[in-house]
Amino acid sequence: MSIERRTAIAALFAQRPDDLLIVTGLGSTTWDLASLGDDDRNFYLWGAMGGAAMVGLGIALARPDKRVAVVTGDGEMLMGLGSLATIALKRPPNLAVIVFDNGRYGETGMQESHTAHAADLVAAARACGIHNVFDVDSASAIDAFAAHLTGFKETLFARIRIAASDPPRVLPIRDGVALKTRFRRASGAVEAR
Amino acid sequence: MRAIRFVRQATMKNENTQDWPDRIFAEFKRANVRQVGYVPDAGHARLIDLCKADPEIADVVLTTEEEGVALAAGAWLGGQRSVLLMQSSGVGNCINMLSLIRTCSFPFFTLVTMRGEWEEFNPWQQPMGSIVEPVFALCETKVTRAMTPEEAPVLTAEALDFVFKEERAAAVLLSQQLIGAKVWTK
Repeated sequence: MSIERRTAIAALFAQRPDDLLIVTGLGSTTWDLASLGDDDRNFYLWGAMGGAAMVGLGIALARPDKRVAVVTGDGEMLMGLGSLATIALKRPPNLAVIVFDNGRYGETGMQESHTAHAADLVAAARACGIHNVFDVDSASAIDAFAAHLTGFKETLFARIRIAASDPPRVLPIRDGVALKTRFRRASGAVEAR
Repeated sequence: MRAIRFVRQATMKNENTQDWPDRIFAEFKRANVRQVGYVPDAGHARLIDLCKADPEIADVVLTTEEEGVALAAGAWLGGQRSVLLMQSSGVGNCINMLSLIRTCSFPFFTLVTMRGEWEEFNPWQQPMGSIVEPVFALCETKVTRAMTPEEAPVLTAEALDFVFKEERAAAVLLSQQLIGAKVWTK
């Protein structure tokens, strides 16, 4: 079973709480989040492959009053797999790492990734020491997980099994300084002027 | 038996000069650094211990140095200041992740213990150690080098001020003469 990725992103954040900050990884998950409409509480990575989860950790440690969801793809997660071990040592209660896993490198032509045949990211997260793990592979399961996402109280890792589709790109702003500045205002890191 | 430890040869002559890690830590506190990412390192051992013992600082032990670059970006997005402690061999691991710092103009400060440049026994440390300065220059990261215990905290304070006020990147290199050569046999 798998879920269409745009259906999955819409279900995840249909009831987005005010305090939920979102970081997306280089590639398709950035286009997925942008497809829901732009939001100052979104930090879209257009590069820095392998860095999404650690950006999320930095925000989560800095802002215990907020929740942070990292939404990234299997290829981006594989490039920063060690960050799961790093996160498991700190285990901030307000951090969710969510991987859209289709076993493909979507941005480079849908070549198969390691998760298509061998690597298991849920097992990897658990083995690194993240015990609160979810494996989401159906529409009903994603609704239940989305409800959990509005009030989680423990570091979590989730794999969302998505279809190997390539929907039209929805491109958000790509000015890094502007993204940073507006996110800091929206998160309360700096006062709005 | 191979012993993995450092001797502070350069500072052993004068007891008063051995507290430079403590004085660097004092600059971290003055600058309100709240997150410290690091890969375990003998040269940074004292400073890492000080950070771990401080309840106001989140110490984040990394599996690879570029994680600390992304951590620093996240910390700033959340309104905190983060620094990265690493060895010269880790600088190369950071190159692509530094594009995050440059594209978004994130503040980034790193303290780098140098290997491969002075009484180094291990020739495998030399290739990366010898290109740390040009690599940082190419990555738009301002570099200064501390050769003495007196310089280390002063350069750290200057770099912290520059980084967080200007949202720029800077590195202070702690030369191998300052830290001491790694001792392989005892």
